[in-house]
Amino acid sequence: MDKIILGRYLPGDSIIYRLDPRGKFLLTFYFVGIVFLANNVASYAFLLAFVLFAVYLSKINFGFFIKGLQPIFWLILFTVALQLFFTPSNHPIWHWGFLTFSKEGMVIAAYIFIRFVLIIFISTLLTLTTTPIEISDSIESILKPLKKINFPVTQVALMLSIALRFVPLLVDETTKIMDAQRARGVDFGEGGLIKRIKSFVPILIPLFVSSFSIAYDLAIAMESRGYKDGEGRSKYRVLNWSKRDNFMILFMTVLTIILLFLRSY
Amino acid sequence: MEITFEHVTHSYDVNSPTANLGLDDVTLKIKNGLFTAIIGQTGSGKSTLVRHINALLKPTSGTITIGDRVITSDTNNKNLKPLRKQIGMVFQFPESQLFEETVEKDIMFGPMNFGATETEAREAARTVIKLVGLDESYLTQSPFDLSGGQMRRVAIAGVLASDPETIILDEPTAGLDPVGRKEIMSLFKDLQVKGKTIILITHNMDDVANYADAMAVIHRGKLIAQGFPKEVFNNQELLKNDLITLPKSAEFAKGLMQQGFHFDKLPITIDELGTEIKHQLNGD
Repeated sequence: MDKIILGRYLPGDSIIYRLDPRGKFLLTFYFVGIVFLANNVASYAFLLAFVLFAVYLSKINFGFFIKGLQPIFWLILFTVALQLFFTPSNHPIWHWGFLTFSKEGMVIAAYIFIRFVLIIFISTLLTLTTTPIEISDSIESILKPLKKINFPVTQVALMLSIALRFVPLLVDETTKIMDAQRARGVDFGEGGLIKRIKSFVPILIPLFVSSFSIAYDLAIAMESRGYKDGEGRSKYRVLNWSKRDNFMILFMTVLTIILLFLRSY
Repeated sequence: MEITFEHVTHSYDVNSPTANLGLDDVTLKIKNGLFTAIIGQTGSGKSTLVRHINALLKPTSGTITIGDRVITSDTNNKNLKPLRKQIGMVFQFPESQLFEETVEKDIMFGPMNFGATETEAREAARTVIKLVGLDESYLTQSPFDLSGGQMRRVAIAGVLASDPETIILDEPTAGLDPVGRKEIMSLFKDLQVKGKTIILITHNMDDVANYADAMAVIHRGKLIAQGFPKEVFNNQELLKNDLITLPKSAEFAKGLMQQGFHFDKLPITIDELGTEIKHQLNGD
């Protein structure tokens, strides 16, 4: 559980940390979108340079980003291998049955690889520098227009922030229950499929039970502190849009223009 | 079964940017048949330490010898069941590990995992439920219908049912009322008298003074003191640096010293304190 870096927040301070989370959130999505605009060596190199620059600005140890790649390493390898051997070509370097290995395949595989790296790095950057609560505040703020069509924005935001708050707690609880059952002689990951599935019952049931009791306690505690429903509340955490964020948007616009230029170049 | 830690270091998340040290070069001997208390501030590494004893965690370096088993960083996860059968572990708030439909089935779960037959396990359940102070009528109930204190007892029974030689307790009385607390602690003391080794993690110094034969103090992953409770509580170095707090009796005796009483060694239990005061008053 400790090995997953993507989605984890890392306390720190740098210009990337101080950006408005709404801007960061939207621009990350925007960036993931424009990654697909790149179509040649120059445009990919440009995007890679941009991401590495952003990583540099964040002042976060580069090791974290490499770690972020690890969980989906096999997926990347698999996709790259597919591209490498299944790209049709008129001048294959090597050919065997339905497998072809060609220069075109190598180029496309390299592009796919860089695309993965770009997307993972930029989303790791977002989650490492933004607290979960900031992300849920941003989502609330972004969804606000939906109130007009009676979408329960505040309730959804509340559920989201509670869920995010309890993820680490439930992970701890899971580890603890697993240890406790191991001490009572359960072997996880041993035996056949059925036996393995069965060995998870002693974790799942206690976990559900404790979720229910946490939910019950939390609801009581919230009510006793005067929570009625989402409407008519003031906000403690106010998001601030500053010049820095305007500059970020400008920067992204310039990036897009350069990218469009490089693309047709 | 003697438990020996030799230069044990444990680091969480090895080779990752978030690596942090849980244990730092711990060398410790836990003698067979004694009641050993492990104390230290929150986050000092006590729980990390005891998780090594049944190989839930493995050392990053150093060795742990438990009876004739040796655990090092290379020990693999196979064949650990015999070890875990001998070492029972009651985790903090153990009631959260209950899951079966009935109390009986839940208590039988441990022994059955360790290879007991159904009849043996049922027999064990019947014995231990009485040991923890509940009667047989509870066996047919669902564990989730019980009160918090009763659930705790059932969870403890589930650990005792496999008849472990060594019992590790991670704050077993946290959140219990004073009566329940005393009952549970006496139960473990009785088990020790009958020949089991008990290892207790606690923040309650009175429990240490009243029940433990030996104690170890952990601070920031390092073992900073070990010995008889009476010796350790009289360790001026530790007291001066606020690394331990005293049991109530010793605290009281310290107050008396300012009023002209003299103690060669601070008495740590009420009985000792009483005897000492009586002796001094009669002597004057």
